[in-house]
Amino acid sequence: MNRRMVLYVLCLIMRVEAVLLVPPLIIAFAQREDMAAFGFLAAIAALLGASLLTLLKKPRKKVFYAREGFIIVALAWFVVSIFGALPFWVSGAIPSFIDSLFETVSGFTTTGASILTNVEAMPMSLLYWRSFTHWLGGMGVLVFVLAIMPLAKNSGNTMHILRAESPGPQVDKLVPRMHNSAKILYAIYVGMTLLQIILLLAGGMPLFESVTTAFGTAGTGGFGVLNDSMASFSPYLQSVVTVFMILFGVNFNIFFLLIMREYYKILRNEELWVYIGLLLGSILLITFNVLPMFANIGESFHHAAFQVASIMTTTGFATVDFNTWPQLSRTILVILMVLGACAGSTGGGVKTARVVLLGKSFVRDVRKLLRPRSVALIKMNDRTVEEDTVRGVYSYLTAYILIALISVLLISINNFSLETTVTSVVSCMNNIGPGLDLVGPMGNYSAFSGFSKLVLSADMLIGRLEIFPMLMLLVPATWKAR
Amino acid sequence: MRIAIVGDGKVGSALTEQLAKEGHDIVVIDSNKAVLRDAVEALDVMVVHGNGATLKVQELADVEHSDLLIAATSADEINLLCCIIARKLGCPHTIARVRNPEYAHQLYFLKDELGLSMMVNPELAAASEIFRLLQFPSFLQRDSFAKGRVEIVEIEVRGESKLTGKKLAELYKTARVKVLVCAVERGDNVLIPDGNFKLHKHDKLYVTASSKDLAKLIHNLGLERRKIRNVMIVGGGNIAYYLAEDLIASGVNVKMIEIDPERCLLLAEALPRATIIEADGSERGVLDSEGIGDTDAVVTLTNIDEENLIISMYADFAGVSKVITKINRTEYHEVFRDRGIECVVSPKELCSHEIVRYVRAMHNTTEDSIITLHRIVGGRMEALEFKANESTWHLGTTLTKLRLKNDILIACISRQGEIIIPSGADSIQLGDTVIVVTTAEKIVHDLNDIFDEQEDRFRFKEGHE
Repeated sequence: MNRRMVLYVLCLIMRVEAVLLVPPLIIAFAQREDMAAFGFLAAIAALLGASLLTLLKKPRKKVFYAREGFIIVALAWFVVSIFGALPFWVSGAIPSFIDSLFETVSGFTTTGASILTNVEAMPMSLLYWRSFTHWLGGMGVLVFVLAIMPLAKNSGNTMHILRAESPGPQVDKLVPRMHNSAKILYAIYVGMTLLQIILLLAGGMPLFESVTTAFGTAGTGGFGVLNDSMASFSPYLQSVVTVFMILFGVNFNIFFLLIMREYYKILRNEELWVYIGLLLGSILLITFNVLPMFANIGESFHHAAFQVASIMTTTGFATVDFNTWPQLSRTILVILMVLGACAGSTGGGVKTARVVLLGKSFVRDVRKLLRPRSVALIKMNDRTVEEDTVRGVYSYLTAYILIALISVLLISINNFSLETTVTSVVSCMNNIGPGLDLVGPMGNYSAFSGFSKLVLSADMLIGRLEIFPMLMLLVPATWKAR
Repeated sequence: MRIAIVGDGKVGSALTEQLAKEGHDIVVIDSNKAVLRDAVEALDVMVVHGNGATLKVQELADVEHSDLLIAATSADEINLLCCIIARKLGCPHTIARVRNPEYAHQLYFLKDELGLSMMVNPELAAASEIFRLLQFPSFLQRDSFAKGRVEIVEIEVRGESKLTGKKLAELYKTARVKVLVCAVERGDNVLIPDGNFKLHKHDKLYVTASSKDLAKLIHNLGLERRKIRNVMIVGGGNIAYYLAEDLIASGVNVKMIEIDPERCLLLAEALPRATIIEADGSERGVLDSEGIGDTDAVVTLTNIDEENLIISMYADFAGVSKVITKINRTEYHEVFRDRGIECVVSPKELCSHEIVRYVRAMHNTTEDSIITLHRIVGGRMEALEFKANESTWHLGTTLTKLRLKNDILIACISRQGEIIIPSGADSIQLGDTVIVVTTAEKIVHDLNDIFDEQEDRFRFKEGHE
């Protein structure tokens, strides 16, 4: 393995993170939040200090393969989380390091699960950093690095990084050059975030809340800066957030096609239609299920739409406490948690594309039982899907279920209700944030033991990176010399 | 520039690598998934799986928004079909590889009818390259510029030669014709020498000279070798056929060894004046009985690189003074360079150079585009030919006053047919053809690229004040 190259990329990421810590530092100075400023300075110093390691061992060759791609991505997420947790811990805003780490991992993985009981008491600069981790983690830390600097010029090796970090069963570049592909993705991302900030400002939301809410929506994260999440905002603002949550849950390739004016290809995109179908179906079911709880059907629809969008795109904002909703609605929401958003979006979960592939493969296999000699291929978006991809989806699902079961077992040590135990794992693994019961939208994760918080942090990372990069770290063969 | 390449075979992959390195957006189309996977992981390119000659696949590869399509699959007909579809889709330039000798003769007719920008035939290019090398056996490589009036030739300093131990300034004196040594390959290093440079045994010199002085140069430097009258060609493929045609036309005796009896019959029919031997050319007994030691030159053109290498090494051992080896896979070039294999021809490289030259000229918006491009020193240096026009900077400035980028040399200036091997007092004039030698990492698209940029910025500022 090209360890030097791994180290080189990690140090590069540390320097990028150090630069990204400067804006919150400025906020801390402007707001005279001395302890927070000290925390940011400490984190920046630690990052720059650690990144000096790269001077010791420069890579001899900038060549790397799939193995290094997985390792770079997995380690990079560990590194950014650990250093990103420093401001919370050093400033004393979150006294325990495990809690700080949980909060930061939850931020970068765009989960939005919090251990804070009183968000409003936090310094503004730390709240900004907390929301910004969502924004950065949504599109990917390494994709960000690829967008701002050409990592290995003219080499296709960076494809291994993109594949390891980007969600979805099939990852492709938008344009021939990786650097340009990453730039286009981030351009779309920045553009949509800015649009949302403007629309929120237009609705009278203060600047700081607008920016942090937009970060939380764009990354499909879900950290709010108020204790009651989105409940105290006006219906207009809530609707803006609903629409943008749905948009950020769409595969970004669709927006690229939109810019390229290839409307026909958008219409033929099966994942998009299944996503919209599931979304609308769930909204309608829940609207009628919760009708008695609201004054009229409009209000019922408004809240159902917000909650469904929030859960399916794995954002995790809330306008009402859906924990008190009827059992049918709650169950629908838990199912949506697992299904998740589209592949290639900032959302988490199993991804609609995988659900579609699994469905088609299942139908094909059943047909094959009836006609054993029939030959059938799986097609999606008018293109034949390779058997390797289908097999990849199956092994993903197997690993997913296995890890979920082990996690549930480990969390059950806390002796909470089954609902709390299961939904906390489901919520963290799919990067949503709120679950049901204790961890419901108005609750939080502070009651869990330190060990449970570490397990849930690991689940969040496993869920965000879609299991395999994290698994690679545990396989001994990865670390052996070639 | 956006370029679609159909067929990721030998030529296709050489082209993909070179063009991606030059900063173009490349989309590779191939029907073999394994090849595509390798391409996307090794190079920063996009790949499309499928038959490149179908409309659907070309639409997927976004050929209608591409600037150029290069069809380099193994089948001529598919290549032509690819180009027709691309043209219909609105791709402004298309290049096809056409290698069938039956089509080759109607190249120009087809070219106009199908609206092709260019056709390349790797075998034909290789054959003419080999033919040129056989004309002057003293040179290991010949690259011609300025419509053939100037050449850069490769000369090896042999142990017994009178060049060993001489300084370059002395070489210029003994040569008695105007020449310029633009690069020296010593072991693994490439040097750009000055007058005090001392020549060692086994150095390989790259010399710029006027074509009409070549014979004199050989004579004065004592490099003369026997003129080639008998050539043995091992392997009877397309290159061998084209080469034999050229050689026979210039009065050289050709003996061709081919293993396949049917191919032998075909060759015997097409080349009545050549001697066709039906035998396995990799057998020592066959080579000996056909008198390998008495031939003036041996050209190995079988389809297997390893066979070519072994036969060439044996020919060198048997004392043949000129041995030319065809190699498809050039990545091991430095390994066999010093083992009796000094003259190597690679059809895919010749072909890809030809296309790269076209692409660079296309890429160029200004008039002073590249006329020719040659790779020398095993691909580590490039020799390029430009035409100086109104947009060229520093016209009329003497070369001593010009600041060029590092590792760039003006090797020759051709002015209205007159060849100037430049000294400090010469200058570039409007309409001159300038030949520039540079290391291959520096990519020169334009004559102005050779000037040191710092000075350009300075000039720019001056212009605004």
